Amino acid sequence: MTAPLHEPTAEAAPSAAEEAAVAGTGAKAVQGRSLGRIAWERLKRDKLALAGGLVVLVLVVIALLAPVITNLLGQDPNEYHEDLIDPLFGTPTGSFGGISGDHLLGVEPVNGRDILARILYGARISLLVGFLSAVVAVILGTVLGILAGFFGGWVDSLISRVMDGLLAFPQLLFIIALVSVMPNEMLGLTGSSVRVFVMILVIGFFGWPYIGRVVRGQTLSLREREYVEAARSLGAGRLYILFKELLPNLVAPIVVYSTMMIPTNILTEAALSFLGVGVKPPTSSWGQMLSSAIDYYESDPMYMVVPGVAIFITVLAFNLFGDGVRDALDPKGSR
Amino acid sequence: MTTKRTPGRRKRAFAAVAAVAALLTTAACGGGGDDDNEGSKTGAAGYDAANNKVAQASLAKKGGTLKFGGAQDADSWDTTRGYYGFMWNFARYYSRQLVTGKTEPGKAGAELTPDLATGLAQVSDDGKTYTYTLRDGITWEDGQPITSKDVKYGIERVWAQDVLSGGPVYLKDVLDPEGEYPGPYKDTSKDKLGLKAIETPNDKTIVFKLPKANSDFEEMLALVSASPVRQDKDTKSKYGLKPFSSGPYKFESYSPGKDLTLVRNTEWKQDSDPIRKAYPDKITVQFFSDANQLDQRLISGDLDLDINQTGMSPQGRTTALKEHRANLDNPVSGYIRYAAFPQSVKPFDNEHCRKAVIYGANHVSLQTARGGPVAGGDIGTNMLPPSVPGSEGQKYDPYGLAGANKDGNAEKAKEELRACGQPDGFDTTIAVRNNKPVEVATAQSLQASLKKIGINAEIDQYDGSQTSGIIGSPANVEKKGYGIIIMGWGPDFPTVQGYGMPLWDSNYILESGNNNFALIDDPTIDGLFDDYVNELDDTRKTEIATEINHKVMEGGYYLPFVYEKFINWRSDRLANVYTTDGYSGMYDFVNLGLKSTTT
Repeated sequence: MTAPLHEPTAEAAPSAAEEAAVAGTGAKAVQGRSLGRIAWERLKRDKLALAGGLVVLVLVVIALLAPVITNLLGQDPNEYHEDLIDPLFGTPTGSFGGISGDHLLGVEPVNGRDILARILYGARISLLVGFLSAVVAVILGTVLGILAGFFGGWVDSLISRVMDGLLAFPQLLFIIALVSVMPNEMLGLTGSSVRVFVMILVIGFFGWPYIGRVVRGQTLSLREREYVEAARSLGAGRLYILFKELLPNLVAPIVVYSTMMIPTNILTEAALSFLGVGVKPPTSSWGQMLSSAIDYYESDPMYMVVPGVAIFITVLAFNLFGDGVRDALDPKGSR
Repeated sequence: MTTKRTPGRRKRAFAAVAAVAALLTTAACGGGGDDDNEGSKTGAAGYDAANNKVAQASLAKKGGTLKFGGAQDADSWDTTRGYYGFMWNFARYYSRQLVTGKTEPGKAGAELTPDLATGLAQVSDDGKTYTYTLRDGITWEDGQPITSKDVKYGIERVWAQDVLSGGPVYLKDVLDPEGEYPGPYKDTSKDKLGLKAIETPNDKTIVFKLPKANSDFEEMLALVSASPVRQDKDTKSKYGLKPFSSGPYKFESYSPGKDLTLVRNTEWKQDSDPIRKAYPDKITVQFFSDANQLDQRLISGDLDLDINQTGMSPQGRTTALKEHRANLDNPVSGYIRYAAFPQSVKPFDNEHCRKAVIYGANHVSLQTARGGPVAGGDIGTNMLPPSVPGSEGQKYDPYGLAGANKDGNAEKAKEELRACGQPDGFDTTIAVRNNKPVEVATAQSLQASLKKIGINAEIDQYDGSQTSGIIGSPANVEKKGYGIIIMGWGPDFPTVQGYGMPLWDSNYILESGNNNFALIDDPTIDGLFDDYVNELDDTRKTEIATEINHKVMEGGYYLPFVYEKFINWRSDRLANVYTTDGYSGMYDFVNLGLKSTTT
């Protein structure tokens, strides 16, 4: 992606014609370094961010390959192993939550399901909800934010008030209420898929104002810039200005906010599953595992540690990566 | 802003991990208790020492403060409105009835003994007239005598369901089946004692005239909803905040959901009361929102016992079983935990599909999900609780649930599926309360074992506080396709009528608040209940109870999980402790004493 800088060095700001030429003929025609290139070079120097990004990548691969990995390990996330449970206490008989060669992270109390397999499958839910709800929020937030900033007037007032309203809305309570009245089947989906679908939509819906406000603010300042004026005086249409002039300059903040939003969404999903309105059993999710571990925090602490650490690592990795991306894309940062 | 939100959430994740790490270290240092089984050094009576027998009766002294804790307040302390078992048990501190359960351990606790009355009822030959004479010296907390009119007024309050909802309505159903009496608050007669079925010829005599005989009528009079209430002290819907006492203790203070304190009723006379010992001077109850906190306070010795008597939570239970066995009892609760199959939901209209589920389920796994053999209970093999006369316990096991088929019998299940015309299995939905983790665990266990025989069950966790409108509405059950409903039931009074009638009699299929989940509409079963209600001979009553149980099991309407058992805590200080079948295996509160009167 080529995206011109939006900082005030007037000569550096490419005209609409130049930019169109760049888009048409390819990057090699450009003298100097593109923003993406600069950012990538900066990112490469930020070891912490790179490590975060690597962990994220590994998590995605693990989540995608969860069925393959569990198959290789010979475990099924929903298979009961009650022979590994002490019937008197309901906790695993083995030490450290029943860790053994077969069950690398131990087994769940009461029913003896393999924790590693459930963590792997749980990663799919967490990442799916985290990513897709961020996508929903980004699309809604960008479109509405850019409209509000560009058109101003009553459009701006309306969208801004809606954003204020949504930001003040008790989203967690609303989602809990919504999920409890959700039908079992919807749009050809059943069971857990309905819940996942609803969670993605609702978390995304309540997340868009955060991006929307930033995009609106940026648009407000950008639309007065000379290059926009120039395009307008050359007779460019509104849509052209919106998508060809303004949007490319908004990519940086949008990317930054999306990477920051994913971990928040993952935690929201965990919170919802923790409260029992997330995915349905027997589908596993990290939040749901944490929630059922509460009853065993003393007698089988490993059961709480494993999903807790999984959430911790994931959120940390995303945040480190997000911070790195922000620093790299910051035009004021040192090159 | 997203960035502003993120650090907050992140902090929470950090905190959780830190807490876990801290716990790990404490758990590691906290090992190995040393008090073994009997007669511990701390003075506790020993494991199961108060289960169906009296522990340390001779050590009880007069005086001291008896301290209850609880995770759940009563639904109401109004004798007419309470329906929780522990409330009925506790209400004997401040209320008396014509007759009540004996203050004896185990089965004897379920037998009736006179309380306000001088003796058990004189019953007429046709079983329709019950006459009682009241004792001398029975008084209210202000010293006035308790009269037969107070008893009648207290019972009349059951009719005022619009104001005083919540309690059992057996007396209303039996004394006024047509619903002719409007209740005391709408009564037009001057003394508000217009109910014709009860006569009070004088202050000492009360006569009940039943339109139709009911062999369990006296059991219903032993419920606390038959307690006397004095008209001038009746604060209607607020009565539960400060009931006017007829027993040895009276309310000193009560803040709902927080605490309750009873002190001695100085007007109560020991010689007027053959059953209550009234050992402590003061009784306090403290309520907690978190069961784990309650268990910790019990184990640390701050509190004497759990007023809810529903067993310790998994965490506290593990610690207690490992380190304080001598403080524990393991009674059978009288509850059966089960799954019911609504016949309105296909394919459960076919008995073979119902039986396929019964055979396909792994009963040991269900038992483990309930908490295992000790904290969960023995595998249930039929639908009559062991405390009810006529029950045969595990001896009657028509499906081999605790025997040959206890791990599930896939072959037999497949056979039944073929007979049902669904050889490849089918899809269905399990309905389970979302506020009972143990029930959700049983639903998951059932789901896992049914999958092996091709039955794909979806679990629907509904709001557990809305039971009567969700699974109690047959129309909703059919609409939602709840083929399997997970529930539990305990007897209101220990007979087949007090347990099974609402579950199995077709007359009890209701639009809302239904408990006949399987929608059993079998003329044979209805007929047997009619026979039971009319039968005055105890031996024959027991036989009919057994017969009803067999008919229910043969229909395959239910999959019983366990005959529920609890692990209940009793502190070192408690004396004269015993469990009673009269209150579903709870400790008999009214005669608990303390070994030392200093706190």
